[in-house]
Amino acid sequence: MRKEFAQHIETIARRDPNVIFLTGDLGFLALESLRSAMGDRFINSGVSEQNMVSMAASLAYEGLTPLCYSIAPFAVFRPAEQIRVDVCLHNLNVKLVGNGGGFGYGIMGATHHAIEDLAFLSSLQNMRCVVPFCNEDVRGAIDAMMEYKGPSYLRLGFGPKPEGTELPAFLPVRKLASGDRATIVGIGPVLLNVFEALKRGGDIACDVFAVSELPLATLSPELTESVQKTGKLLTIEEHVRRGGLGEHLAAFLLESAAHCKSTHLSVAGYPNGLYGNQAYHLEVNNLSPDAILSEIKKLTYE
Amino acid sequence: MTAKGLFPGVPCDMDTIERCVMNLKELEVLRHECLREVLYRSREANAGHIGTSLSCLDILVYLYFNRMREGDRFVLSKGHAALAFYVVLSKAGIIDASLLDTFYANGTLLAAHPPCSRRLPGVDFGTGSLGHGLSLANGFAFSGHFTGRKNNVYCLLSDGDCDEGSTWEAALFAAHHRLENLTVIVDNNNLQGFGRTDEVMNLEPLADKWRSFNFSVAVAARGNDFASIDAAFAELDRTEEKKPRCLIARTVKGSGVSFMENRLEWHYLPMSDEQYARAIEEIERT
Repeated sequence: MRKEFAQHIETIARRDPNVIFLTGDLGFLALESLRSAMGDRFINSGVSEQNMVSMAASLAYEGLTPLCYSIAPFAVFRPAEQIRVDVCLHNLNVKLVGNGGGFGYGIMGATHHAIEDLAFLSSLQNMRCVVPFCNEDVRGAIDAMMEYKGPSYLRLGFGPKPEGTELPAFLPVRKLASGDRATIVGIGPVLLNVFEALKRGGDIACDVFAVSELPLATLSPELTESVQKTGKLLTIEEHVRRGGLGEHLAAFLLESAAHCKSTHLSVAGYPNGLYGNQAYHLEVNNLSPDAILSEIKKLTYE
Repeated sequence: MTAKGLFPGVPCDMDTIERCVMNLKELEVLRHECLREVLYRSREANAGHIGTSLSCLDILVYLYFNRMREGDRFVLSKGHAALAFYVVLSKAGIIDASLLDTFYANGTLLAAHPPCSRRLPGVDFGTGSLGHGLSLANGFAFSGHFTGRKNNVYCLLSDGDCDEGSTWEAALFAAHHRLENLTVIVDNNNLQGFGRTDEVMNLEPLADKWRSFNFSVAVAARGNDFASIDAAFAELDRTEEKKPRCLIARTVKGSGVSFMENRLEWHYLPMSDEQYARAIEEIERT
C-alpha cells in the first residue's frame, strides 16, 4: 500500500500547496519520488516523533495540512501524548500515517508491530482511524481522510484485491461478498485471508463486510440485517481483542440487537470545552448519580 | 497576539502597537498591578502554583508590553504558570478581565492550566504536560516558510521542561532549520517539582547546552529585573547569525513575596488569609 500511498499523496500535494509531509526519517525506496515532487514541503524531521507531531499540530493551527509518517508503532506510541494533547484535544487537522499496521513488519520483531494502535487512537477525542483493506483501496481511504478536517490516522498494510471481487467505493462499512451461512466482519488486509479461507473451504457463501473507519459512527443497516439473517457472526482483526473492531461491533450489536436492552455510560470528553472539578466533569459526561439514576429508570421502566 | 489588541477595546493594528511599547518604568507599574492581581486571584480561588507564576511574571509583562508585535506568537510551555499568563492577557485586553472571576470555578475556561479547547483568545495551545511547548513553537516558527507570514515566536520553558527529552528534540530541529524567528526563554528558577534543580537533575552548564545545540544565547542574570531582561534581549538582537535564540533568565521562584521566594512549597500551596494579608502588605510597602 505504501506505493499507492506515495503516488496518491504526490497527486494531492501537487494540487494543494498547503499539504506538508513530515517523516520520522523513514521512506527509503518508497518516498524518494514524493520527496522530489514536494521539494521543501517534504521534511525529514529526524528520529524525533514527539517533536514531529507537536510541530504538525502548530502547522495545522496555521492552516496547513501536515502528514506525519513513520512505521506504525513509532507514529503512534512514541508521540502518544503529543497526539492526545496537541492534536486531538485541540482538534487539529493532522494526518498520522503508520506503515505496516498489525504484523506488517513481520520478522523485524515486536518493536515494529502495531497491534494496539486502533484501541489507543480510537479512544482519543476527535480522532478518526482509516484502514484500507487492500492496495486498490488506498486512494479512496486517503481521500476520505483528507476530506475530514480533523485528527486522523491512516493504517497502511499490504495486499492486492482478491481476484474476482468488485471493490465498492470507500465507505466506513462496505459489503464485499454475499451469502447466508454467516456474517464475517473484518478490518484491514487480514480480510484477504478471509477470502482465501472461504475459497479453500469450497467457496463457503458468507456475507463479508469491511469496516474501514474506527470509531464507527453508526452501523450500516445492511450489516445489522445480515447478523439478524444469519444469526452467526465472525469478527476478525490484526489487532488485540481489547479496544479493536470486535469490541466496537459488540457494543453496537448489544445496543441494537434483541438479546437485551443495553446502556453503556462512559466519558464523552469535553463537549462544552470548559473545565471544573471532578464532580463537574462527571456531571457534564452524564456520570453523576442523577444522570445514572435517569438511565437506570429508562432501562428498568421504559 | 491573536485577539483584540493590547489595550481593552482598542483594535490591534500597527498604530496602536507603537503606543503599547512601554518603557521600563511603566513596566514596573504594570508588573505591580499584575502581582497584586495574581495574589488576589490565587487567594480567591484558593489556588496554588503561585511561586511559578511570580517567577515568570516579569518575563510575561516584558514580552506583552515591550517586546511582542502584532502577529507574534507566544507558547507557554510551563502551563502551570497559567494564572500569570491569564492576568497578563487580561491587562493586554486580549481576554476580558471579567473572565478572571471564573478562575478555578466549575464551568470555566481558566483552569489551573491553559485550556486545550481553542476558545480562549491569546491561548493557541493548552499546555500543562511539560516538554510540548518548544515543538509547538517550532511549528509556528517554521510555518512562515509555507504561509509567507513573517512573525516572531516566543516560548517560555521551565527548568522541568528542560528535563524532557522532547525539548531537546525540538532544539535540534530549531537549530538545524535555523529558525531565527524563534526565541526560547528559560525561566531558570532552580526549583522543580520535588526539589532543587541542581539536586534533582542538574541542568548546568545550561547556557553552554543551548550554545552547543547551535542557539544564540544570552543570560539575564537577574531574570526578575526588567533592565536585565531588556539587556539580554538587546544582546540577542545584536547577533547577526541565522540561528534560533535562547534567553536564560536566572529567576527567583516566588519573586516579590519574601516568604515565598526560593521555597518549593509555593509551587503547590495556596495562601491562607493571613499569608495573603502579609503578601499584600509587603508588596504595597515596596
